[in-house]
Amino acid sequence: MATKMPKVPVVIVGMGWLGGIIAAELSKQGVKVVGLERGKPRATEDYYMVHDELRYAMRYDLMQDLSKETITFRNTSKMTALPMRSYGSFLLGEGLGGSGIHWNGQTFRFLPYDFEIHSKTVERYGKKKIPDGMLLQDWGITYDELEPYFYKFEEVAGISGEQEQTPMVGKRSKPFPTKPMLKTPILKMFEDATKKLGYHPYMMPSANLSEQYTNPDGITRAACQYCGYCERFGCEYGAKADPVVTVLPVANKTGNFELRPYSNVVEVLHDGKKASGVVYVNTVTGERYEQPADVVILASYVFNNVRLLLTSKLGKPYDPKTGKGVVGKNYCYQTNGGSATGFFDDKEFNLYAGAGSLGMEIPDFNGDNFDHTNLNFLHGAGIRISQTGQRPIATNPVPKGTPTWGAEFKKQSLKYANNTLTVSPQGSSLPWQHHYLDLDPTFKDAYGLPLMRITFDFEDQDREMIKFMASKTEEIMKEMNPTSIGVSNKLGPYNIVPYQSTHNTGGAIMGADPSTSVVNSYLQMWDAENVFVVGASAFPHNSGYNPTGTVGALAYRAVDGIAKYLKSGGMVV
Amino acid sequence: MAEQHNHQPPDRSRRQFLKYSGAAISGAVIGGVIGGAIAGGFKKKAPAPAPTPTTPGGQAAAVADYNQATMYFTQSQLQITQAAVERIFPKDDLGPGAAELGVAYYIDHQLASPWGINGREYRTGPYVKGEATQGDYQSIHRTEVFNLGLIAIQDASMKKYNNKFPDLADDQKDAILTLLEKGDIEVINGITGTSFFNLLRTLTLEGVYADPLYGGNKNMQGWKMRKYPGNQMSYTNIMEKAEFVTMEPMSLRDHIAH
Repeated sequence: MATKMPKVPVVIVGMGWLGGIIAAELSKQGVKVVGLERGKPRATEDYYMVHDELRYAMRYDLMQDLSKETITFRNTSKMTALPMRSYGSFLLGEGLGGSGIHWNGQTFRFLPYDFEIHSKTVERYGKKKIPDGMLLQDWGITYDELEPYFYKFEEVAGISGEQEQTPMVGKRSKPFPTKPMLKTPILKMFEDATKKLGYHPYMMPSANLSEQYTNPDGITRAACQYCGYCERFGCEYGAKADPVVTVLPVANKTGNFELRPYSNVVEVLHDGKKASGVVYVNTVTGERYEQPADVVILASYVFNNVRLLLTSKLGKPYDPKTGKGVVGKNYCYQTNGGSATGFFDDKEFNLYAGAGSLGMEIPDFNGDNFDHTNLNFLHGAGIRISQTGQRPIATNPVPKGTPTWGAEFKKQSLKYANNTLTVSPQGSSLPWQHHYLDLDPTFKDAYGLPLMRITFDFEDQDREMIKFMASKTEEIMKEMNPTSIGVSNKLGPYNIVPYQSTHNTGGAIMGADPSTSVVNSYLQMWDAENVFVVGASAFPHNSGYNPTGTVGALAYRAVDGIAKYLKSGGMVV
Repeated sequence: MAEQHNHQPPDRSRRQFLKYSGAAISGAVIGGVIGGAIAGGFKKKAPAPAPTPTTPGGQAAAVADYNQATMYFTQSQLQITQAAVERIFPKDDLGPGAAELGVAYYIDHQLASPWGINGREYRTGPYVKGEATQGDYQSIHRTEVFNLGLIAIQDASMKKYNNKFPDLADDQKDAILTLLEKGDIEVINGITGTSFFNLLRTLTLEGVYADPLYGGNKNMQGWKMRKYPGNQMSYTNIMEKAEFVTMEPMSLRDHIAH
C-alpha cells in the first residue's frame, strides 16, 4: 500500500524545463507546488569534469538508464515492436533538468504557418493537396496569441539573436534579450553564399548566453565560452540556459516549492472526470507514496506523458484502424538527411571550438515560405550550418571512396579533421494515421508497467522533401567553394540505430476540438479538467525547427491556464 | 523523503577549481563556474600552464605506465586485440598507431566497466531478432561478444595461414580483418563478423581520441595528430579569427586540483 502524503494544490510529474517553469511561476504566485523527479538532483558543479566526450557523448552519462526503462519500436503495425536496448536515434534525459540539461540551446519559434497548418494549406493549395492519411490539424491557437509566451521564455532563458528579422519568420513584439553569438569565419562563408543565392540567412537564436545577462527574476549568468561541449553535456559555466540555473532557483527561493528527486510516478489517480493525485515509487527504497493534489501536471518527456495517460487509463486511447480516440495520436519526429559536406583541402578552421547554438540558418525553405504547388510534399526544413565544436571520436569525415580503416583512413581522417563543413536541413515531420504511440503488449519497465511502443516510418512526403533539400544544400555548399562535395539525398526507412534527433513530438496533442485532441490551448485535458499535459507531446505535428522554444512558450501559456483553473475551476477555454 | 540538493553551497572541489583557474567568483552570479570573472576578462587571467601528468623533462616514455595492465583480457586476448587495432589505426609518419596509443588497454578497461556488461541497457527478454531498423537484440554481454570475436579472428588466422593472428604479416592481418568486416567470418550464430568488426573499429577510434584518463590516447598524442586541443576552458578569443589556432592540448587531469 502507498503511504498517503498531505494534499497539495499542485503536483508536477517531471522536473525538466516545463516542470521548472511551472514550479517557478506558480510558486511565485504563492501556490504550493510539489515537483516529482524520477532521477537525481543536479547542480552546476556536477559538470567540472564535463569535457569528456567518451563519458557523456558516447556512454550517455546524463541520459535515462535504459536498464530500467526504454521504448519499443517498429516501422509498421505489421511488425513486432522490439525494445531499444541501447541508445541510437534519440537520447532521453533523466534527473533534475531532464533533457533541458543536455540540449544544444537552439531556440527557434515555430512559424505562424505551423499553428494554422491545416487552414493555411487548404487556403493556398486546396483540400486535395493534403494526402490521404495525413492528419494535418490546426493547433487551436495562433502565433500571435502565443507570441507573448514565446518572449517570456526567451526573456527568462536570455535567448540571443539578431534584432533585424526576415518577415519569413514570426513577427517579434520585442527584440531578443541578448545580442547574437559571435559570427565566425565559417558562419560568414555560409552567410555570403546564401545571400549571393538570394536567401535570407540569420544567426540561430541561442540559449548559450552571448553575454552576461540578468533575467527578470534577477538571475545573473555568465557568458558562453564556446568550449565546444553542449549537446549531451551539462554546462559548467551555467551559460547554457537550463532549468537548474534559471527557473528552479526561483521556485526554491519562494519557499512554496518542494522538490522530491528519486520519485518515479507510476499512476495518475482519477475517477474518469478528475484526477485526485498521483502514485509514485521512491526509486531508492522502493516504497510507494500517494500524493493527493488539486491539480496534476504531467511535464515529463513526450513518451512518459503519453505512457502515464495510457497506463492510468486517462483519456481515450487512439485507434489507428478507426482513427478514433486521441491519446497516442500524431506521433511525429524530425526528418534529417539531405546534407552537403564540403572538403576544403587548402583551408583549416577552428572546428574544435563552438557552441551548441552557434550557427546560421535560412528560413527560405521552411514551412510554407516557398511555393509547394508543383512539389510532392508539404512544409519544409530549416537549412543551416552550425559550429557546435567537433569532437574527435564522433567526427572523422573522409571523402567518398576512402577506406573506413587502415593507413589511408588514418591519413584522410587526420587531413580532413579541421577542414570539413556541412550544410544540413532539419526537416519537419507531419502526422499520419498509422504513426502513433501505444502500450507495448510484451515488454515492461522496472516497475512492471508496459513500455511505450512507437509505430513510425518515413514516408514519400519525407523522401521528396529530403531530395529537394539536398539540391539546396548542394547549391549552397558549391557557392562556399570547397575542393570536393559529398551529398546524400536518399532517405531510407526510419532506423532506430543511428542518432538523428531528440525531437520526438505528439501523442497528447492540443487543439480546439475534443474529438481530435487531448488538451486545449492551455494544455488542459479535455477529459479531466484538473490535469495539464505539458510538453512537445502537445504538438499536432513537428516543424522544421528545434522544439524547445515552442515547448517553453506552451509551458508559460499553461501557467496562465493553471492559475485560471485554480481560481475558478472548469475548462479555461 | 529525500531533500533537494540542487542548491548546495560551494564545496571543496569547487573552491579548488576556482583556485586552480585563477578566477574569483562574483557572488551575484548563479550557476556559473567562474561566473562574472569570465565576463571580466577570463583570458587575461588565464590559468597557469597545466602541470603535465607525466614526468618533467619529457621522460614520460621511459617511465613505466602502471595503467597498462589488464582488468579483463587474458594476455592472448590482449595481443590479438593489440594486433587488430594497430591495423585499423596504424603507426605511420603522421604519428603513433593504436598500439602505441594504448588502445588495447583502453578496450580492456572498457570491457571491465559497466559498459562491458551492458550495464545501462535494457536487458529484459525475450531476445528476438527483428529488422535491421530495430537495432541489436543479442542476449550476451559485450565481454562475451569480444571473447567470441577474438576466437573467431584467431581461428580464421590458423585456418588460412596456419599462424596466430598477432604473428601474421601486416597484409595477412588486413586480409583477415577484411573477411571479418565483410561478414565472411561469423563470430557466433546471430553475431556477424561485420558487427564485431564495427565494434572493434568504434573502440579503436574511442581509444585513440578519448581523454587519456581511460588508458588510450597516450600523452594526448591522438589529439596532437589532429591538432585537437582537448579540454580548454574558453575559446572566446579565437572565435572570430580567420587563421587556424594550434594549442597545446589539455586533458581532464589538468582540471584536478593539486
